[in-house]
Amino acid sequence: MLKTSTTDAIPDKKVNATHRHSFRLNAKDKYYAAVFLGPSLLVLGLFVFYPMLKTLYISLFLTNTLGNTTVYVGLGNYVNLISSPDFISSLFVTLFYVFAVTFFTVALGLLLANLASQKLPGIAIFRTLYSVTMGVSVAVAAIFWLFIFNPSTGFFALMSSWFNLPVMNWLTNPTSAMWAVIITTVWMNLGFTFLILLGAIQSVPNTLYEAADVEGASSNFQFFHITIPMISPTLFFVSTITIIGSFKSFGLIDMITKGGPTNATNMLVYRIYKDAFYSGNYSKSSAEAIILTVIIAFFTLLQFKFLEKKVNY
Amino acid sequence: MSTVLTNITKSYDSEKPVLNDINAEIQTGEFFVIVGPSGCGKSTLLRMIAGLTQISDGEIRINDKVVNDLPPKDRNLTMVFQSYALFPFLNVWDNVAFGLKARKNTSQAEIEKRVNEALKMVNLESLKDRKPRELSGGQRQRVALARAVASDAKICLMDEPLSNLDAQLRIKMRQEIYALQRKLGLTLIYVTHDQVEAMTMADHIMVLHDSKVQQIGTPAEIYKYPANEFVASFFGVPPINILPAVKVSNGRINVNNDFEVNIDQQVPADNFKVGIRPNELVIEQADELHANASVKSIEFLGDEKIVYAKMSNNGLEVAVEVSSDADFKAYDTIKVSATEKVLLFNGDGVNITRNAEDVVNA
Amino acid sequence: MQSLDERTVLKRVFSYVLMAILAVIILAPFFIGIWTSFLPTMEIAKGNMFSTNVSLDNYVAAFTRTPILRYLGNTVVIAAVTMIAQLIFCSMSAYAFVFLKFRFRKTFFTLFLVTMMLPFEAEIIPNFATIKQMGLLDHFGALIIPFLTSAFGTFMLRQSFMQTPAELKEASDIEGLNHFQFYWKIVLPYNKISMITLGAYSFLGAWNQYLWPMLTTFSNNSRVIQNGLKQLKSEETFNDWGMIQASAAIIVIPTIIVLFIGQHYFKSGMNEGAVK
Repeated sequence: MLKTSTTDAIPDKKVNATHRHSFRLNAKDKYYAAVFLGPSLLVLGLFVFYPMLKTLYISLFLTNTLGNTTVYVGLGNYVNLISSPDFISSLFVTLFYVFAVTFFTVALGLLLANLASQKLPGIAIFRTLYSVTMGVSVAVAAIFWLFIFNPSTGFFALMSSWFNLPVMNWLTNPTSAMWAVIITTVWMNLGFTFLILLGAIQSVPNTLYEAADVEGASSNFQFFHITIPMISPTLFFVSTITIIGSFKSFGLIDMITKGGPTNATNMLVYRIYKDAFYSGNYSKSSAEAIILTVIIAFFTLLQFKFLEKKVNY
Repeated sequence: MSTVLTNITKSYDSEKPVLNDINAEIQTGEFFVIVGPSGCGKSTLLRMIAGLTQISDGEIRINDKVVNDLPPKDRNLTMVFQSYALFPFLNVWDNVAFGLKARKNTSQAEIEKRVNEALKMVNLESLKDRKPRELSGGQRQRVALARAVASDAKICLMDEPLSNLDAQLRIKMRQEIYALQRKLGLTLIYVTHDQVEAMTMADHIMVLHDSKVQQIGTPAEIYKYPANEFVASFFGVPPINILPAVKVSNGRINVNNDFEVNIDQQVPADNFKVGIRPNELVIEQADELHANASVKSIEFLGDEKIVYAKMSNNGLEVAVEVSSDADFKAYDTIKVSATEKVLLFNGDGVNITRNAEDVVNA
Repeated sequence: MQSLDERTVLKRVFSYVLMAILAVIILAPFFIGIWTSFLPTMEIAKGNMFSTNVSLDNYVAAFTRTPILRYLGNTVVIAAVTMIAQLIFCSMSAYAFVFLKFRFRKTFFTLFLVTMMLPFEAEIIPNFATIKQMGLLDHFGALIIPFLTSAFGTFMLRQSFMQTPAELKEASDIEGLNHFQFYWKIVLPYNKISMITLGAYSFLGAWNQYLWPMLTTFSNNSRVIQNGLKQLKSEETFNDWGMIQASAAIIVIPTIIVLFIGQHYFKSGMNEGAVK
């Protein structure tokens, strides 16, 4: 019985707003367009498109120390990179870092957001406190945590001495140095992730929870069967943002470990920087930059694909 | 076996209570409609029965058990929300199965059986794999109904379930809900602001206004013997005409100084009002000398016309129902009179019509 | 709500305790950093964290012995200029994509989208050469010019502008407003919240720049705060932790105040830009 009368139609898909604004084509528009779009195109052209192509170009050549291209080697630089255990380990280090940072950022952000979305007296204070790390810049975060990790005066060292445990030097051990960078990054990311997820949780219609209450769903059941699916677009968004951001990490590494010890935290961007501006190996650095671009572009595309669909359900 | 509300009160902070001393008994298997203008607290009352809102004072009993402190899930009822509360990420079938799965005490086979039956009952079997956004408003409404049907709870609460639908569809869904309630023998507690919905579906109606119960009764009782002026005005389209009146002699009153009506009871000397339904008013063309009103506007409704007229005195306006071939036009001068079927209200708006008292006393 | 049963009360107590513990953990680095910024470095070095020898000496030292004020000033100027430029140029290009019809509009928009996929970190070599050729090394210009506009900002504002009711445009056409007037008088005020969000976003973005200023600036005249802090940290041979913590505190406190004030806008705006 599908008597879909005219008054009971399935709502149209949202009309594309650019079409809604499709007033008559005006000949003058192109001059306006030049004025409105010109400055941005110029800047993006000069500082994004040109350098990208240039980087791609350099990555196909060998370069001298001045950065001038000398011999065309095709994909030679890439082949060298992929066959270099040093680079591969660096890639793995980066992947491990990205995965750990993303996992802990999203998991902790979700925990905080879920707690802080409760309607309790005084909850606003916690919401403010949890978002505080959003105001912390790279260098400040690094300094706060460097002090905590400091083997002679740091907080962890102090705690160890209180409990008579051996003092551990966080930043000289490859494994713990990596975790030091991960902890600091997660801490820095947390405020932003928390706020975004809190907003998403708060925008879930309350009647869904009320309906579930009446139907007898426990609060755990509601979290996994209502909250999580309802905020899954946002979860996806913060995950990809965090993945992209961690692939591009540089400041914290430069300040906390400088890629060490023994390259344990020598991640992609740090390599790109060092190979170019320390070793003067511009072609190698460019090839690494292109690999980074491919990775970032992949995740950004994923994000776009998703934005296009807008919803998961 | 019934749902009993005793002295229910709800107040937020120290403000005026939203609901004040509500008493009612809702029989098992009946269609009980709570109706009132927006802001009268009717949704709050429903949510308190559901357990979604705490009550400030009083007692709710369901089948002889006080449920004041029971969480919603333990009250063994279902609820259909105004917004339907469908889960956008689940298809129709899973939406209906949600509650059964959540309770975790129903076997998979039983869930399948119940969900399929519920979908069949609301004619949605063919759409069971669709997501809510691929459904029309009426279909979404039916999913929400199916969810209530699939549950084995015998009490179903509905909070303005039809208010998001357009007029035509509302009539259709009204019939479907009514049929469903009868078929399943549900106790249905239904909140609406629409007096037509209340009139057409209810076994009993509770009229809420000003945070108090104005009247509880069958649709016929409420329409014929409204407890007070508010109830009288709330039911009926166009609404009842309320006019001031004074006693002329025993058995005769003067209405608004414009015309006189015979009545069959004692009335106070003055300070009372009459209520006359539009179909109990009579009008005829009259010359300026005999006229007591003039036509303001006319609405053509097919079989009848509604004539809106302005009375000569006090500038009061009345609505009169006439047959559609009656020939009136704006600015006509007319003479208004009434049949003897009028309602009488005292200065406080309480119905003092004799037969109404008889009913109350009976 | 007088009749809360025991379970609800227990659950609430548990929630509060858990939230408080988490808050302490999250804020610990702040507390430790700000507390030690009041302690003499000698006490810190001895691990004497609960010293009562509290003073503002470290702050005085940071302000008088280091160029931190200069760094702060540089950063504020650069971030403010970047913010204003991005607000203007991003809103203009977003306007073009929503309200103007011209050939290759789709192509240009795709170009903008592609830009969002290209990490700036991968382009530092040619960009460094460009800035060097322009003679902008160690100038504010090096830190501003590449960031005058942003594809992300354009994209975000476009999403917001598209929600502007078409009736507003039609009404303005009837009133005879040209594009500049419509842009300035209607579109910008109508999308105020998104503009504030983008403003906050680009200011913080510029404030947090690290790699690029590190490459292109090398004197105190143009050095920004992030690199300045690093500089202080590495210059201090005997690790004057007290003063370093004070410097960090000087930087972080204003941003946190700004964030608290702007939090409401920021949250709603980010969610809009993110998921809509």
